[in-house]
Amino acid sequence: MITAAVQEREHYLNASYGIKSWLLTKDHKRIGLLYLATITFFFFLGGAFATLIRVELLTPQGDLVSSETYNKLFTMHGVAMVFFFLIPAIPATLGNFFLPMMIGARDLAFPRINLLSWYLLVLGGLLSLYAMLAGGVDTGWTFYTPYSTSYSNTWVIATALGIFVAGFSSILTGLNFIVTVHRMRAPGMTWFRLPLFVWSTYATSVIQVLGTPVLAVTIILLFCERVFHLGIFDPTRGGDPVLFQHLFWFYSHPAVYIMVLPAMGVISELVSVYSRKPVFGYHFVAFASVAIAVLGFLVWGHHLFVSTQSLYAGLVFSFLSYFVAIPSAIKVFNWTATLYKGSISYATPMLYAFGFIGLFTIGGLTGLFVAALGFDVHVTDTYFVVAHFHYIMVGGTIMAYLGGLHYWWPKMTGRMYPEGWAKLSALVIFLGFNLTFFPQFVLGYLGMPRRYHVYPPEFQVLHVLSTAGASVLAVGYVIPMIYFIWSLRYGKVAGANPWNATGLEWQTASPPPAHNFDQSPVVTHEAYDYSTVLGEVEVG
Amino acid sequence: MTEHIDRVRTYALVFAVLIALTVLTTAVAFVDLGPFSVVVALAIAVGKMLLVALFFMHIRHSTRLTRLVVLGGLLWLIILILLSLTDFATRTWVGVPGR
Repeated sequence: MITAAVQEREHYLNASYGIKSWLLTKDHKRIGLLYLATITFFFFLGGAFATLIRVELLTPQGDLVSSETYNKLFTMHGVAMVFFFLIPAIPATLGNFFLPMMIGARDLAFPRINLLSWYLLVLGGLLSLYAMLAGGVDTGWTFYTPYSTSYSNTWVIATALGIFVAGFSSILTGLNFIVTVHRMRAPGMTWFRLPLFVWSTYATSVIQVLGTPVLAVTIILLFCERVFHLGIFDPTRGGDPVLFQHLFWFYSHPAVYIMVLPAMGVISELVSVYSRKPVFGYHFVAFASVAIAVLGFLVWGHHLFVSTQSLYAGLVFSFLSYFVAIPSAIKVFNWTATLYKGSISYATPMLYAFGFIGLFTIGGLTGLFVAALGFDVHVTDTYFVVAHFHYIMVGGTIMAYLGGLHYWWPKMTGRMYPEGWAKLSALVIFLGFNLTFFPQFVLGYLGMPRRYHVYPPEFQVLHVLSTAGASVLAVGYVIPMIYFIWSLRYGKVAGANPWNATGLEWQTASPPPAHNFDQSPVVTHEAYDYSTVLGEVEVG
Repeated sequence: MTEHIDRVRTYALVFAVLIALTVLTTAVAFVDLGPFSVVVALAIAVGKMLLVALFFMHIRHSTRLTRLVVLGGLLWLIILILLSLTDFATRTWVGVPGR
């Protein structure tokens, strides 16, 4: 009667009951689950907008929605996905749940601030949601001026304020993680024994703390110009529209690394555990995270190549952009080297890791294409760029997020997901993703501009392929949603360490007790030392 | 960690200086210094920022790590300004055909 025994043991889920015990919780694990529910909502909301976009693009005519509605659809897709799903996705859910456990802490350094940061995300989300329901916003998720300040008559301010508030959620989460990693590590957990997920989440936190305030300032300036008509960005009032782009991308380019660095951390964990080897070149991978965080702040001008930005600035930013490829490539090569002579198992999370490595490589290499000044002039604002960043954000971040969710699901819930269905959905997602976005590279190269819902008939075949792929992708995303919920009741009981992993989070029960560890762990080994778990095979 | 607490008089003095600098900023705004108006205003602002950080935020008595965090923030501000200037300062260097 293992099941009965597990259900009776006290853990973080049954330590207290009732809505209040969740809404006022200070337990990082419960807050992680609150985040999980919130971002899942926004993921499916953003997905619904994407569905309407893809259905509209089935035909060259604009026969489903008007141009105005289409503008709102892609804007709200971007806002929901970037600010309310991708940025909080891995740090605020998996990071919140596992960062303290991985360093052997009982909670984050500031549990109340952690709860506050969730409320801020919800508040920001509700503000933006209100804007969407009241009539939407049509500026694109980038809010370029002077359109957003002087011309658009949609809900710019409500949406921007929602993002402003959610930004503080992001800052507080980053701050909390930084202090936690500095102050709360278990005895023996030195910096170079930290799991690489902690390193990459730490680097992400640094970006969140240094970058997000600039977004807040930018939104305030936008507010001042739109509401008080101060001339900051609008050239007719003596402002400079390119200044907005500088300020916006000073945050929003590093924000790409807020999205993808934690994903890389997840992949480091997965590649190691499913090939039963320490990550090749641990120090290089750890420092590559820090290098990406720093270099990410030096490249934003590559979003401005076709604006009135000076040609010299263009040269500087183009040159600096190439440097990001170095730490990124270090990671990809080191993951590949980790596989060498490893004892590889093709469990679902590993399938997602393989998907990430391939798709991130394509996304990263096409990033080098668009970082080249001359080529970028050809493909700016085309579907080539759309395909490029979806390979990073969907092919990279969401693949890693789902991989991490599968990997840690047994720890979070105490239950296994159904492996057969999970493998099937990983495959469906991979195929659907490529069918959706690969044709968009071709479309963009041929000249199909982004943000248009009417297009020349010769592009239709590629658009139909892309929409077909999106349907497959949607099915792939719904399947895990169903079986994860199913597994909560019917999944096989997982046991403490179903993967025989080395991390501290696997050395406590599943689901973990309210204070994570019955006894404070003492760390005596490097990360990923599989000699410590071999032979202790536990079957759930 | 030992908490160093400044005397109330120190805080009051810093507060008075901050108010005086605010008055000075306003006063200078009425004097036409040409392009130096901005320079003077920013210089005063930097002075006030330092007073707030060092005294009110206790950076004077903080650990090296805390000081590193503050310096990091300043460094990032410099990155923002410097790399933006690669654009704003050099826009007229190369003539664009047709413009």
